[in-house]
Amino acid sequence: MNTLEIKNLNVTIDGQRILKDFSLTLPKGEVHALMGPNGTGKSTLAKALSGHEDYEIESGEALLDGEDIIGMEPDEIARAGLFMAFQYPSEIPGVTIANFIRAALTARLNEGETFRAPDFYKELYARMDELKIDRKFTSRFVNEGFSGGEKKRCEILQMAMLKPRYAIMDETDSGLDIDALKIVAEGVNKMRGPDLGILIITHYQRLLNYIVPDKVHVMADGAIVRSGGPELALELEEKGYESVTAEPAGASS
Amino acid sequence: MSTETLSVGTGAIGDADIFAARQEFSGGLPDWFTTMQREHWTRFLESPDPTRLDETWRFSDLRPLSKIAGFVPTPFEKPDADDLIARSNTVKNPAGQLVFVDDNLAAARVMDAELEKKGVIFTTLFDALNNHGDLVREYFMKETPQLGSEKYEALHVALVRSGVFLYVPDGVEVDRPFVVYNWTQQEKGAVFPHTLFVSGKHSKSTLVEFQRAASTETEHLVISNAHVFSGDGSETNHRIIQDWNTKTLSFQLNTNNADRDTNAKSIIVNVGSSQARQEVHGKIFGSGSNVEMYSVNVPRKDQQFDQRTLQTHLAPHSRSDLLFKNALLDKSRTIFSGLIIVEEGAQQTDAYQTNNNLMLSGDAESNALPGLEIKANDVKCSHGATTGRIDESNLFYFLARGITRSKAHELIVFGFLEEVIEKFGDEALEDYVRGRLAEKSLA
Ligand SMILES: Nc1ncnc2c1ncn2[C@@H]1O[C@H](COP(=O)(O)OP(=O)(O)O)[C@@H](O)[C@H]1O
Ligand SMILES: [Mg+2]
Repeated sequence: MNTLEIKNLNVTIDGQRILKDFSLTLPKGEVHALMGPNGTGKSTLAKALSGHEDYEIESGEALLDGEDIIGMEPDEIARAGLFMAFQYPSEIPGVTIANFIRAALTARLNEGETFRAPDFYKELYARMDELKIDRKFTSRFVNEGFSGGEKKRCEILQMAMLKPRYAIMDETDSGLDIDALKIVAEGVNKMRGPDLGILIITHYQRLLNYIVPDKVHVMADGAIVRSGGPELALELEEKGYESVTAEPAGASS
Repeated sequence: MSTETLSVGTGAIGDADIFAARQEFSGGLPDWFTTMQREHWTRFLESPDPTRLDETWRFSDLRPLSKIAGFVPTPFEKPDADDLIARSNTVKNPAGQLVFVDDNLAAARVMDAELEKKGVIFTTLFDALNNHGDLVREYFMKETPQLGSEKYEALHVALVRSGVFLYVPDGVEVDRPFVVYNWTQQEKGAVFPHTLFVSGKHSKSTLVEFQRAASTETEHLVISNAHVFSGDGSETNHRIIQDWNTKTLSFQLNTNNADRDTNAKSIIVNVGSSQARQEVHGKIFGSGSNVEMYSVNVPRKDQQFDQRTLQTHLAPHSRSDLLFKNALLDKSRTIFSGLIIVEEGAQQTDAYQTNNNLMLSGDAESNALPGLEIKANDVKCSHGATTGRIDESNLFYFLARGITRSKAHELIVFGFLEEVIEKFGDEALEDYVRGRLAEKSLA
């Protein structure tokens, strides 16, 4: 029950099948890495799980602590506890980071609960300090005019504030210089714990030097072809995707 | 309301003797003023109604104009409106405050005594006519928008009996705003609020006007005028929050007149009215000035907002910036028609005109008619209108954070409007405006 269990997911875009019987189990408390070359369907998995209407789910299940999120509205999926750190976060004119996160938290309140602004700002500032985001950013518009690294840190900030049960981080390392990468990794490592399962999508092993995963999955052509421990990421780095994916799935785990 | 008062000179606008009957109450006013009123009454009667062929009424719905004759100018009497006076408290600690109900002063004038000593005048138009007649005469109707509503402007001048005169002498800077509340109450009442805001050289001041109705159910005609004269080196901030009820036919006919080196800023927020005609003419007489004309509009249901603007540059080296943002819901309509005129010799003018329309319903309709007329050769001018819907990928980003679709819409709309709302530069007022828009238009 304490897992995000993706079973035989088949997803098409514009009639073209991208995910092919994709299966993956992410236990709460673990960090898994999903690796694979460009165009294999990693982002498709992320978008499809978050309920994006462009991605047609033909069959399969995604059980979040036992509850199938397939077919749910995107906002319901998010409130059910799945967080998506996007590869290309949107820029939202006129909406400040503080108001955006506040609205997301307010949407999660149970009946009778009220939003406490002082507590909110206290926590927001603490998380921003950790991620080395200038506090002035609270009144900046979401992602508008941000550098690539600022956008990614802003995603991690939202993740820290929303406290999901599972998070999928899509290419969070892309566009980050080494300092920003370390800050992001530190932020994520702080969140690691028994109440959160994280799936890190990346096609470089670089980030995994800083966030050491419990498991590594290699994806090719819409499905996982190999799974193993952290050493699999190093092997990939050394030998390249082609030779690694040529070996039978599960051979090294 | 006593029936005696009603029987004396308070017929409808269309009644033959209405003007003469009301003039009986003009005792003590300067001759030049009553003469001007008489001339304008004649002009009102003689001016033809607008037609579809008039460029200044293109796309406008002319049908409501035929109802004007049936409205009744409100009687001259002190209104009994304690609740409205109590509700006239949006701005805490103003420099001065005037509350009108149906064109009659309802509460005692509030005015900072220190400012009075410095020569600041903030009083009713009629008090100003009696006590500062020459000063009023220098500016009263000196400039007019000339954007199509001349007939209704003539009606305004003929029947005006209420209004505000704000005069800030040279060198006087006032941080707290002067505040005016205009309320409509009487069923079928017609009111003609007038604002004359004169800022002396190197002075600084802010005037905020709230336009409201006592009830949502009564019908009204409002023809208001506001004219701002910004003296050399002065900063003027003029804000209007048009929040009449949705059974009101309203006109807001404004000019912003800038001398040299001024910072003249105006913002108009339109929330109410069934049909709101807004004419704004920025006239730049001096060089080195910055004139900003901004507007936020959120029409819903059958509301129609009809916006006509003109930026006239008569002097070189000045800047004007106009930004009208419209978020349209339901079956609402907007018409934006804007023109920049750069006169010969007004070299090195920077003039910008932007109209952005966010369509929140497939049934809403926005019309944009931007234009330029440039007679100088060394200028920077741009004009543009955009019409768009909510960006789907932006919407998804909100949803992916667990924010509901309706809340996401609200945030996106406010995000769109924020560019103007933040220009208030007064957090309390900004929050009031956001709250009012959320309550009335997006609920
Ligand atoms: N919105 C889309 N419309 C059409 N094709 C898409 C869309 N998103 C992804 N694809 C296609 O699906 C395949 C997988 O893409 P993606 O999931 O982005 O791969 P990855 O994230 O692994 O690089 C690619 O062939 C890509 O061109
Ligand atoms: Mg991708």
